[in-house]
Amino acid sequence: MMENTYVPFLSEIKEVIKHTAIEYTFRMTYEGEVKPGQFFEVSIPKYGEAPISVSGIGEGTVDLTIRRVGRVTNEVFERYVGDRLFLRGPYGNGFDIDNYKDKELVVIAGGTGLSPVKGIVDYFAAHPQEKKNMTLVAGFKTPNDILFVEDFAKWKKAMDVILTVDCAEGDTSCQIGLVTQYIPQIRLDVVQEAVAIVVGPPMMMKFTVQGLLDRGFQEENIWISYERKMCCGLGKCGHCKIQDRYVCLDGPVFNYTEGKNLID
Amino acid sequence: MGYQLNEEGFNAMLSELTKEYLIYAPKCYQGGNTFSDTDCIRYGEIRRAEDIVFDRKSDYSFKEVLLPVSETLFYFTEEQVKEADVPRKKGAVIFLRSCDLHAVKRLDDMYLKNGPADYYYRRLRENVKFVLMGCAVSFDNCFCGDMGSDQADNYSVSVDKKGDFYYLDCKDEAFAEILKALPHAELEVAPCHVTENKVKVNIPDHLDASIAKSTMWDEYDTRCIACGRCNFVCPTCTCFTMQDLFYSENGKVGERKRVWASCMVDGFTDVAGGGTYRRKNGERMRFKVLHKVWDYKERNGYHMCVGCGRCDDICPEYISFSNCINKLEKAMEEVSES
Repeated sequence: MMENTYVPFLSEIKEVIKHTAIEYTFRMTYEGEVKPGQFFEVSIPKYGEAPISVSGIGEGTVDLTIRRVGRVTNEVFERYVGDRLFLRGPYGNGFDIDNYKDKELVVIAGGTGLSPVKGIVDYFAAHPQEKKNMTLVAGFKTPNDILFVEDFAKWKKAMDVILTVDCAEGDTSCQIGLVTQYIPQIRLDVVQEAVAIVVGPPMMMKFTVQGLLDRGFQEENIWISYERKMCCGLGKCGHCKIQDRYVCLDGPVFNYTEGKNLID
Repeated sequence: MGYQLNEEGFNAMLSELTKEYLIYAPKCYQGGNTFSDTDCIRYGEIRRAEDIVFDRKSDYSFKEVLLPVSETLFYFTEEQVKEADVPRKKGAVIFLRSCDLHAVKRLDDMYLKNGPADYYYRRLRENVKFVLMGCAVSFDNCFCGDMGSDQADNYSVSVDKKGDFYYLDCKDEAFAEILKALPHAELEVAPCHVTENKVKVNIPDHLDASIAKSTMWDEYDTRCIACGRCNFVCPTCTCFTMQDLFYSENGKVGERKRVWASCMVDGFTDVAGGGTYRRKNGERMRFKVLHKVWDYKERNGYHMCVGCGRCDDICPEYISFSNCINKLEKAMEEVSES
């Protein structure tokens, strides 16, 4: 009998980390292979399923950073440590860490776009000997929207970190402005060989990639991750299709040479 | 091997088949169509020859036999999950035309090969036999010839009704055993097929993503009303949405289903937090048309559209898909000039 890939399994909430009023990380029990940038279908019976990317990988756990913006996620926020959620996955290709090892790496993330790439940042923060120069540029709307505040403190010890907000609202602890304006000041020795990951809202990704190309990055050295509505995660439901690619199977991570020509 | 049967013999074959199979064929649902007092031809279970509509194109395709409009995947009782039983306990015999038989390959490739094989599709796909209904002439809006789906040979039996007789070509041993036991005449039979369509399509072989910039899509912004009927009648459209349903009498018990979805309808691409792709109906038309005659082929090596023309038949705004295909050549010229 073949496997029924639609039936979810139960996973227990081990910890809830609050970032903002509407964004929490749920640390869930999970045993198995998983890569940064992959996603799970998280569900609560009666409310439905939602694709959530993996924002951290621990021993026997995965972190799911969830924004309270819909029917399923509203209900997830009613749950706490010890409660259980249904999961399916992981799905998608995820980031291949080998693409970034022993290279100069720039990670640029906008808002919750930091979640899918956070596993990569964590990895190099924990294995500094496997990287050369590394810069994380993370942009949020306001200081109140900043995610992973405690992690930033750790990351700052291992890499260059530029934390910027669109609007500081009187807070002086972070920089102001869009992520794109910090691209020129990223420390790089040989830009032609440097690699970059860009994740965020569509417009942010478009202008950030342009900024990197202007800086001298090679197209094939840039990776992006797309957010789409992945209903099944199995290449069937069609909601995440872009041209001849299924974001749930072929993505969500695409090399820019592949991703740049895809039109929704 | 070919057989000639009279109606009695054909009915005897059907009743023999019903022992092991449910038989699905185009049926007439009186008064069931979009306009008042018009009949709808769609698939249903049949038992006798007179239930089968031979002389009209079915408004909807066979696909709901393999891919129910709404399919329960499993039931929830608090934290327990129970897989839904197979909706069909017997095998299935499906009467369909050549275009639709070609569409089966598209469904198979999507559900069995694009990513992991689909559990629910596979269990309905098992033990299915296809009966090819010959097409003596092309129906309105058909363009099977240009899509290469006017002939098919991967059937168990073909059937053509001529006058009071049924002419069958049999390729399946189980069917042959049934047929041989009935009063019949043996003769050479080749299923009828369309040799000429009024509608012709020309799919440019140099399509690329730049065609999205063409102004040809703009007219559909206003003409198309994003109702999704074209997707639901299409034998090759396969999209669905997951849906949870709970019983009002007991809020702790419910089910998860998948229901047909349409890339033309609002909400298809919506992501949490308000993001959406393809807001304009023209963009959705472009997405659908290019999937059928361009990007599906890029992925799978052959075109998705089988030229059944049902999308043209059903559209309440009289939008013609084949017409749209025929505008692609000019649109490519337009974008290559700019």
